[in-house]
Amino acid sequence: MNATDGFVRDISLPEVKERVLIEHPQSLAMIKRLKKTTNARLGVGRAGDRYKTETLLKFRADHAIAQDAVWTDIDETLIDEMGFYKVQTLVQNKEEYVRRPDRGRIFSDETMEAIKRDCIHNPDVQLVIADGLSGFAINANLKDIYVIMMDGFKEKGYRVGTPIFVRYSRVATMDKISEALGAKVTIQLIGERPGLATGESMSVYMAYEASSKKPESQRTVVSNIYRQGIPPLEAGAQVVYLTEVLMREKKSGVELKI
Amino acid sequence: MKLKTNLFGQTYSFNDVKEVLAKANEEKSGDMLAGIAASGNVERVAAKVVLADMTLKDLRENPVVSYEEDDITRADQDAVSDTVYQQIKGYTVGEFREFLLREPPEKLRAVRPGLTAEMVAGVTKLMSNMDLVYAARKLPVEATCNTTIGRPGTLSSRLQPNHATDNPAGIMASVMEGISYGVGDAVIGLNPAVDTIDSVASILREFDAFMQKWQIPTQNCVLAHVTTQMKVLEKNLAPMDLMFQSLAGSETASRAFGINVSLMDEAYAIMREKKNSAGENFMYFETGQGSELSSDGHHGADQLVMEARCYAFAKRYHPFLVNTVVGFIGPEYLYDGRQMIRAGLEDHFMGKLTGIPMGCDVCYTNHMRADQNDLENLAMMLAMADCNYIMGIPGGDDVMLMYQTTSYHDVASLRRLTGKKPIDEFARRMQELEILDEAGNLTAKAGDPSLFFTGNETLSGGMAV
Repeated sequence: MNATDGFVRDISLPEVKERVLIEHPQSLAMIKRLKKTTNARLGVGRAGDRYKTETLLKFRADHAIAQDAVWTDIDETLIDEMGFYKVQTLVQNKEEYVRRPDRGRIFSDETMEAIKRDCIHNPDVQLVIADGLSGFAINANLKDIYVIMMDGFKEKGYRVGTPIFVRYSRVATMDKISEALGAKVTIQLIGERPGLATGESMSVYMAYEASSKKPESQRTVVSNIYRQGIPPLEAGAQVVYLTEVLMREKKSGVELKI
Repeated sequence: MKLKTNLFGQTYSFNDVKEVLAKANEEKSGDMLAGIAASGNVERVAAKVVLADMTLKDLRENPVVSYEEDDITRADQDAVSDTVYQQIKGYTVGEFREFLLREPPEKLRAVRPGLTAEMVAGVTKLMSNMDLVYAARKLPVEATCNTTIGRPGTLSSRLQPNHATDNPAGIMASVMEGISYGVGDAVIGLNPAVDTIDSVASILREFDAFMQKWQIPTQNCVLAHVTTQMKVLEKNLAPMDLMFQSLAGSETASRAFGINVSLMDEAYAIMREKKNSAGENFMYFETGQGSELSSDGHHGADQLVMEARCYAFAKRYHPFLVNTVVGFIGPEYLYDGRQMIRAGLEDHFMGKLTGIPMGCDVCYTNHMRADQNDLENLAMMLAMADCNYIMGIPGGDDVMLMYQTTSYHDVASLRRLTGKKPIDEFARRMQELEILDEAGNLTAKAGDPSLFFTGNETLSGGMAV
């Protein structure tokens, strides 16, 4: 491996994936063109039948960061700075979160009471921020998407509820919060299950009068929100537009034909 | 039928066959989530002891979902050969395990028509990992579409050229690289990102054009929902060699997949009439432990017995390919590498005992406690078990489904480690293209997708190459 300035080359950089490692290809130019058509790991060559060392280490690095995204508790500095109301599901730690999806969907009676006591009732728009399977995703995208959404809601004159952060949360917590506060549109930002090297991907789930009595198909989804996917600023604009549609049509998910 | 035993001075008693089956299962997070797993190691063994003493008749007469309420139970029970059943019904499950380990392949083959899913799952719960590999090797299953899979000495592979947006040029780039590693003799099969009739038809045509141009003897498939594929056939939009569907092990769980037995019967009939392939086996199914619980269709039964019921469902359609997608569902069903490896060996064995041409998608997600080493371990064990096929994907990274499965490199490596080859016609064509040598190993030229370009081709899409 090449060293520059005392560093071994950084294999987490995107350009590493663009390299062709086949030793004597019939056409290097053609392989480069093939690689532009997909982000699959093509043109990696081989050592015997196995991977070259760079390919193996790149894969291990990409898996390591994805695992860290799942198993690291979310850093709540940003959540605190933004002054969100904070609650937790019945889950006590990451281990339980992964094993018990049922407990990540509900709150204790005390927590439900606290939400009802402390948060704005009957908002037009209720925001729920959920760590999900990647706290990294929330911290990477929250600031950008939040600013755009808030500007949009203000412009439309929507009454925005108390933003609530939920620790160890599955998607269905949005239904509980919507029911507790009588929200019209509930919007949940949640960290997605990470793919290799994409621990920063976030989804937005939206529903009109979200309810645990309705099927999952009540939800409208915007997924793949991260720098190389749908950038958070663009996703924010999309969410504002969808909120307008949901408010107008008074429905969401499969019932809504967009 | 006895439902209790003593172990180490403690009495363990169970209410019914379903509870014995669940508690006799090896540890799985999904059974714990369902609240039906053994409470500890000793209770688990006690359940195994009770299960070992039950007869195959006890298991047949106690399906985990009743005949009246479930179309898969009916399909399974109605398919049993009474002649064979009469010969084996008196075996205890423990004796049946020893029969499978002791007797030669022809005797094992002969009992298949007398089995139900509960018997298949029951004996699996008494077998160790090496037992599962040892017995599976005695249960080869061949099937014929355009080519024949499952012959001794072969290890086949599905070329899985998935793409984030189904861009045809990008899909074909992965196809070319895969073929350059000798991968794709089982099927060139895409999981589509877009489940529409036009998109599915156009990708089938791309695959077919490539297979024609380069004379690759294999099968094409786009793994869309079965109803989408039926429409492609009805409108004669594209040549289709294999028809695909994901299966679940109960009528309720199948509903979540948008299917039932009668819809699959209809799909099978249309495919038989309209298929592009030559042989009598033209269906492709995927399964995986835990999907029934995930759709609340498990009826209080454990995930292993529900998986065996998928195979009973599958065998009705004489498939060419069936594979469990073993580590795809996530850690709430299979927690870690240990559980994933166990499930992969169980599923492969159960498929072979049922009599279907079983392969395995050896895989894991990023929220499981598993890694590349676990995946490679299971792949090596399955190669030793004579698993019909595994997946092949660039660098082991599925950029559409966001999980990791076996790579082109893994397929080539396993063939070299075990001395196995691809399906004969495919292997010969790979030799002509100078990708594989006579022993079935990669040549110096192999692993280069630009082999398929001779000069001035454009890259506007798969048709162009």
